[in-house]
Amino acid sequence: MMGAKDAPEKLSLIERLKKGDEIAYLVTFASALSIILVTCLLVQHLWVDSAIARHAFGWKFLGTSTWDPVNDQFGALPFIYGTVLTSMLALLMAVPVGFGAAIFLAELAPRRVSNVLTFMIELLAAVPSVIYGLLGIFVMLPLLRDYVVPVLQKVFGFLPIFKGAFYGVSYFSASCVLAIMIVPFIVSISREVLLAVPQAQREAMMALGATKWDVTWKSVVPYAQRGMIGSIFLALARALGETMAVTMVIGNVPQIKATLLAPGYTIAAVIANEFTEATGDLYIGALIELALVLFAVTMIINALARLLMLGMKSQETAH
Amino acid sequence: MSTSATPFDLKKLHHARSARFGDPEPVDPTPAAQFTVEEMNFFYGDFHALHDLNMRLPEKRVTGLIGPSGCGKSTFLRTLNRMYETVPKTRVTGNIRFGQSNLLEFSPTLLRRRVGMVFQKPSPFPKSIFDNIAYGLRVNNLCKNRDLKNKVEECLRRAALWDEVKDKLQESAFSLSGGQQQRLCIARALAVEPDVLLLDEPCSALDPIATAKIEDLIFDLRRSCTIIIVTHNMLQAARISDYVGFFLQGKLIEFDAARKMFQFPSNKLTEDYITGRFG
Amino acid sequence: MLTLTGIAALLVVSVLLFILGYLIWNGARSLNLNFFTKLPVPVGEHGGGMANAILGSGKLLLLASLIGIPIGLLGGVYLAEFGKGPFSLAVRYTADLLNGVPSIVIGIFVYGLIVMRQHHFSTFAGGVALGIMMIPIALRSTDEFLRAVPNTLREGGLALGASKAQTVVTVIIPAAMQGIVTGIMLNLARVAGETAPLLFTAFGNQFWSSGWNGPTASLPVMIFNYAISPYEDWHRQAWAGGFVLLTCIFLTNIVARLLVSGGRARAGH
Repeated sequence: MMGAKDAPEKLSLIERLKKGDEIAYLVTFASALSIILVTCLLVQHLWVDSAIARHAFGWKFLGTSTWDPVNDQFGALPFIYGTVLTSMLALLMAVPVGFGAAIFLAELAPRRVSNVLTFMIELLAAVPSVIYGLLGIFVMLPLLRDYVVPVLQKVFGFLPIFKGAFYGVSYFSASCVLAIMIVPFIVSISREVLLAVPQAQREAMMALGATKWDVTWKSVVPYAQRGMIGSIFLALARALGETMAVTMVIGNVPQIKATLLAPGYTIAAVIANEFTEATGDLYIGALIELALVLFAVTMIINALARLLMLGMKSQETAH
Repeated sequence: MSTSATPFDLKKLHHARSARFGDPEPVDPTPAAQFTVEEMNFFYGDFHALHDLNMRLPEKRVTGLIGPSGCGKSTFLRTLNRMYETVPKTRVTGNIRFGQSNLLEFSPTLLRRRVGMVFQKPSPFPKSIFDNIAYGLRVNNLCKNRDLKNKVEECLRRAALWDEVKDKLQESAFSLSGGQQQRLCIARALAVEPDVLLLDEPCSALDPIATAKIEDLIFDLRRSCTIIIVTHNMLQAARISDYVGFFLQGKLIEFDAARKMFQFPSNKLTEDYITGRFG
Repeated sequence: MLTLTGIAALLVVSVLLFILGYLIWNGARSLNLNFFTKLPVPVGEHGGGMANAILGSGKLLLLASLIGIPIGLLGGVYLAEFGKGPFSLAVRYTADLLNGVPSIVIGIFVYGLIVMRQHHFSTFAGGVALGIMMIPIALRSTDEFLRAVPNTLREGGLALGASKAQTVVTVIIPAAMQGIVTGIMLNLARVAGETAPLLFTAFGNQFWSSGWNGPTASLPVMIFNYAISPYEDWHRQAWAGGFVLLTCIFLTNIVARLLVSGGRARAGH
């Protein structure tokens, strides 16, 4: 143990390099920066590579329904219609089931049961799209064709949306598959949001003699509603971008029909199917413009979802 | 909030040390200064935490820093090894000298090897007991690999921990009790052979038996290492300190030899605090 | 209400069980040694397999890991340990953005970036596409797990004379290692099943792919191609492929999640 030395000690340059602070900062900073660069590059590519189509069609691209590669006529409307229709229908089917399951798992089920079931539902979220498609083609389509649609047509056949012959591949089938695919996300996120509601909220209501039903519907769910709506947006964003399962069961026909039982097309599906066979710069440019549209739409919806979730967080701290 | 709710009389404090450790050695009247603090002010953003501090912290002695919660003693402690630099928006004015040289001229990592610190909550690394002690040695390249085992044993012996852990050096440090973990942290800090050991309320999370063991350790170390200990336990300060500094609201009220401070405090505020009239 | 919501939950879970069951039934019985060892054979002949697709997926995932994991990990270290201010916010937002991009758009991006320039499909391009998908997840999970490490450990390391970099590498990252590893496993499992980004990057191959510069078959793409084909035998093989793919993904997921909950139990939560 020596006394304090007189000269202040400093590290030499080599020693400082070995200690690594500067290098560590540079390397990690570069990695973080590269993410921003890659994303900018992506946007730039989409923008530039679609230029030929954007200049050729302008905004009419979004409103035209002709998709005629032979005559170089490209309009995005059938795909936008298909994408929006299938996603909305999927949400319509998935949200009630998803919310119901989430409420059960967060509020009503005993802890052990809830944990096991949640684990299984989160596994469902890990199933790849192509496998949903596989089951879609060989299980869901026959099921719909032989059992579900005949019943639907018997009961609701007067409605234009259920008219016409049903051969299996259709908007309806794609919506059903999509619904199954997005339910786990809705359940998982909504459940977490519900669990995050402070216990004090529940206790305040219970102290007034409210039933479980009351507590859930009048206290917990309203508190969590922003987050639950956020989960809808996130599920929507996923549904919009789904490619494989959809293209395997939708029929891949660019048309707009009143009935849900007709084959259709989505943006992601047409890109997947036609990109490698597209000849001619305008064809490719049109497909890339579709990708740009899809990118923009999912980006906006994801941003809205995040805003909602952020709103939830500030709501918590405000209390 | 003071831990001592009952008023002490000065006699009890004055004799606390000899009661515990036997007669205290006569204290050198003018020990060399390990740290010299001149007109030091400290700011957290706009908050003026420490005001115009002036003191000489003696070398190779135990200096206790006492005062009520929030009076700035921990903040002051952290200026001595420049740990405040890890917090944004902190600012120091004035002068602190480590030996003869300005504290700011040292490279922080080298400084911290010579001025070690033990924190309030025992926080061993999630590694084995052996690797905890060896960490400082490895990271600073202080000894060859073949000497590592001996050095680790030496440190554990100094911390009076060797007998308790010698058969489980490869086990996780978390398998130790709270008191043992804290002694492990002290041993870990001692491994790099610092000139100074800063202790920030090291016993506040521990039971009396563990506390006693750590006080024994500090007593054994005191002539080989400068020790500066922050504590809000008055009796503890009286037991182990050679010198005492009393802080109140960011100011140093009094700094003196412990036997004098606990017998005839110069400042009324000091007397009120140590006899428990406020805290 | 209990019954209604309970039914909803059971409905969702039963879908999982059904998928598993059906795949096991249909897939496992189509599985044989040939599947793992033989190349695809022309329609009508028997004895073909998906060996090239399995190897191709392996290569693609290897390259994707080499790209995605280091960048994501180091970026996460930056966000958790060094970063502050608007740049960090921008990085986090961009990572979320990239994460939300549909995988087919990533495929288009890499097509323009690499395939167009090289004038051919390649394993390399496929690996890059999957790697780009891995980055945001690796970043977010590393960031979160590092920030969960208590600050006392950082101070402890610094107080012993370690530099910030040393503390991060020798104390903080090891402390967060379990979480980081499970994050990587889940990341891989997700990317292993991706088909769309490979359609115009790695494309496909009836034979073994050579090196990194040629197109390669991959399990998800082959399953897709076989499923939409009109041939019974290919359907059978698609089931087998689906079974293998899902089994690998599920096993990885289960192990990763058990690791995390086991770690939490040990830490005394």
